[in-house]
Amino acid sequence: MGRLLSAAAIGLVFGIGIVFSGMANPAKVLNFFDLFGTWDPSLIFVMGSALLVTFVGYRLVLRRPAPIFHRTFHLPTKRDLDAPLIAGSALFGIGWGIAGFCPGGAIPALGSGEPSPIIFVAAMVVGILVATALKASLSRRQALA
Amino acid sequence: METTFTPLQALIGGAMIGLSAVSLMALHGRAAGMTGILSGAIMPKGDWNWRLAFLIGAILAPGLIVLVTGVSVPFQADLPPWAIILGGLLVGVGVTFGGGCTSGHGVCGIARLSSRSIVATLTFMATTFLTVFIVRHALGGF
Repeated sequence: MGRLLSAAAIGLVFGIGIVFSGMANPAKVLNFFDLFGTWDPSLIFVMGSALLVTFVGYRLVLRRPAPIFHRTFHLPTKRDLDAPLIAGSALFGIGWGIAGFCPGGAIPALGSGEPSPIIFVAAMVVGILVATALKASLSRRQALA
Repeated sequence: METTFTPLQALIGGAMIGLSAVSLMALHGRAAGMTGILSGAIMPKGDWNWRLAFLIGAILAPGLIVLVTGVSVPFQADLPPWAIILGGLLVGVGVTFGGGCTSGHGVCGIARLSSRSIVATLTFMATTFLTVFIVRHALGGF
């Protein structure tokens, strides 16, 4: 119970940070990327501040033998800069530039009751499901070859 | 559409995102990447219920802010639905192949100095800049 309640509280802090910083507002996000138009530098202050706190905090936390509710820390082990990483990230940026939502901005925005985050998240979930199926069939084909 | 530069809110909000990322690692041993958390909640396998709890907490944020401050959350999106759907599909496919988004690669991954996350973040920031430039300045908006 404490495990789930703490996860919900941590999600709430994440959501408040996103909303308070303006990152749930697509216009504000898109304006960061519009250097030659209505530029609003806020986003880089959000990322910089989040990164600084996480950089310092991770160094303190990862010194411990294990997290509170699990036996181990789950850290990504992949190291290679492969084509899916680059192509996927490039596609993500195109979508972000079109709609102004990234996953971390859209999920808290769902709670605003506005229709556009609902439409966006529904389409994003379809994209995630299709891409996951595609990835699975690609790796099956690779295993056969 | 103009928005106001809000450095103080940006720094405070960013610090809260960082606090959330550090707490999730300290308590649950997980990176606070929205892609991984969402994917793991909609395609549940193994240990998934903490992800659902995190998502519910995040969704409650705007309501709680309105309840406490009485000020509604500013929200401006004047895009046609087809553009929102196209953007959503591309983001969903992209983050799945890229293995993360702004929170996972841009914050948690770079904080670990992961070369994959640094490359991913530089890539999506570049294509976002380019897309916004093309949409707003070459096409003149949607």
